[in-house]
Amino acid sequence: MTSITLVKGLNMGLRKALENDQKVVIMGEDVGKHGGVFRVTDGLQKDFGEDRVIDTPLAESGIVGTAIGLALRGYRPVCEIQFDGFVFPAFDQIVSQLAKMHYRADGHVAVPLTIRIPFGGHIGAVEHHSESPEAYFMHTAGLRVVACSNPVDAYWMIQQSVASDDPVIFFEPKGRYWEKAELDETATPDPLHSARVVRPGNDATIVTYGPTVKVCLAAAVAADEEGRSLEVIDLRSLSPLDIEAVCASVQRTGRLIVAHEAPVFCGSGAEIAARVTEKCFYSLEAPVLRVGGFSTPYPPSRVEDEYLPDLDRVLDAVDRALAY
Amino acid sequence: MTDRSARRRPPAWNATPAVATDAEGTLGGGLAPTPEPDLVQLLTPEGERVDHDTYSVDLTTDQYRQLYRDLVLVRRIDAEAIALQRQGELGIWASLLGQEAAQIGSGRALEKDDYVFPTYREHGVAWCRDVDPLHLLGLFRGVNLGGWDPNEKNFHLYTIVIGAQTLHATGYAMGVQRDGAESAVIAYFGDGAISQGDVNESFIWASVYHAPVVFFCQNNQWAISEPVERQSRIPLYQRARGFGFPGVRVDGNDVLAVYAVTKAALQDAREGNGPALIEAYTYRMGAHTTTDDPTRYRIADEVEAWKLKDPIARYRRFLEQNGHADESYFTAIDQESDEVAARLRTGCREMPDPAPLSIFDNAYAEPHMLLDEERAQFAAYLDSFADSSDGHGGHARTEG
Repeated sequence: MTSITLVKGLNMGLRKALENDQKVVIMGEDVGKHGGVFRVTDGLQKDFGEDRVIDTPLAESGIVGTAIGLALRGYRPVCEIQFDGFVFPAFDQIVSQLAKMHYRADGHVAVPLTIRIPFGGHIGAVEHHSESPEAYFMHTAGLRVVACSNPVDAYWMIQQSVASDDPVIFFEPKGRYWEKAELDETATPDPLHSARVVRPGNDATIVTYGPTVKVCLAAAVAADEEGRSLEVIDLRSLSPLDIEAVCASVQRTGRLIVAHEAPVFCGSGAEIAARVTEKCFYSLEAPVLRVGGFSTPYPPSRVEDEYLPDLDRVLDAVDRALAY
Repeated sequence: MTDRSARRRPPAWNATPAVATDAEGTLGGGLAPTPEPDLVQLLTPEGERVDHDTYSVDLTTDQYRQLYRDLVLVRRIDAEAIALQRQGELGIWASLLGQEAAQIGSGRALEKDDYVFPTYREHGVAWCRDVDPLHLLGLFRGVNLGGWDPNEKNFHLYTIVIGAQTLHATGYAMGVQRDGAESAVIAYFGDGAISQGDVNESFIWASVYHAPVVFFCQNNQWAISEPVERQSRIPLYQRARGFGFPGVRVDGNDVLAVYAVTKAALQDAREGNGPALIEAYTYRMGAHTTTDDPTRYRIADEVEAWKLKDPIARYRRFLEQNGHADESYFTAIDQESDEVAARLRTGCREMPDPAPLSIFDNAYAEPHMLLDEERAQFAAYLDSFADSSDGHGGHARTEG
């Protein structure tokens, strides 16, 4: 067992991927000598060379577009988008090109590309550095979308994503980059697209992912002191969605709260609520409630704690659900 | 195609550009005077073979004839496709009329291992890569999204979002570089695409990584209704200079010049000399697509002037004047082109619509639970009609 941060988990996972497959290349802004602005790729260029850990010009569409070309040539690129809010210049390449390529080619070509995106708030940053754009990508067929929440998952999930023959959008909770956990490198990881119950409970289910897992776990601890037993599920995969795991929980608890940092309107919680309503309507004792960002642009960082779902807002939703 | 063509001197692109002498004061004022195109030409519009300081071409009679056959056949295929669209067999067609020499000249300059990233108008290049024209018709008919295996033909799928494929080409070339392979990549795009961010980013990538990619811009003067002056204040080939690699403008209606220039640029790329931009100066004789009406935005005189520069007419005169072919050969090719067109017509009409459940095929390379669920649900839904062939049992519904 080794104690590692989430950044270290990603770094170790990427190192494994580079070691295991000569076709894996890493590309992005400052990923080489600098090791990435969050140090996720620290030391990799030194050990694997400039041809495999590639510092790119500063243009996100160029990063993803050329990575697609490399993938068509048989490479397995891992692109780093430096911050969530910078992914949009690459939006056409991701949504119109990458996502459709295998389909358009009748399966003749695969585009095994992983796009790493640090997402979410909690770091007191300026604009465009704290966003949660996952719903845009969930809405796009052809992509897989995952979000890790802890160092151990970071280590395994990045390797599983790189190994996938489909394009994977890999969200990293940058506000949790420095959280620590014990890693057992000999363990067998869960499948990439499976959700996980991270705290069992009976009175209500809270479904979440990425940076909000920590918030919801804290909420469950607080609720426990008030005699309420909350089950917390870390989705891990947003597309495809492990809705069966969610339904299995809701069928026991009868109540569901979905929490994420992204705006609630048309957020991932909307899809989860719709599917749960469809699949286990008669198990529900209350409407599915959602906790998340507001229908505003991301606010100035001095008020981001008001905007982001916190322990109290999650518990407020639990109270409302239990009041039905 | 191997031949004895060679570039006799270092590329002209190292020379100072012969334009932009008007730089003083004109940029802030009115439009700069149109500079004389610094055009590489080996055949005049009258079909006279002329020499160029840098580029030459010397093919066998068979090779010269092959180019003619290509030109005529792709024009015939194009005409047939337009007719099929008019008859309702295709949803839309993007005609290559007028650009045959640019496409055949560059397409035949490619070696087998080179890789092509086309736009949606490269029917002539597709022909050179042995892509069955029926695949192209299938795309525009709506029965597939391309359908050919890109890696079998070294010819990527058509790309419709303007300029996006130039980045794929550049990335692919970076892969070629890493593989240590001796092949080159060619990216096709048009004059409108020169304004796209992706094209400019691909220039930067290719330049800084010295990637073996040739950017082949067919300047057909029009991006739907917008003239090339709306895209650039300087000749397009001069853009390359700012990115740090050579650019050259070739007469895009001169199949021999296009062939020679492209062959040289590809060879440079293969030899590790980095990217190049070729501007094939040509003209879109037809509409942007079958849905477009160019009389709304351009004058007939312009089209008439370009008719005099027709790529096939001039090449035929060259073959006649130099004894490479005679009337019987031309007649035989015309006959063959009619046969190809007939096969295409029949093939197109007989193309079956895809099965409904094929919608779900290949959205992902690996199993996907949501897709599996939707496929099963839709299959069950379709099956529910099985016992209601009279339209009254089960799920009767009113059509459209």
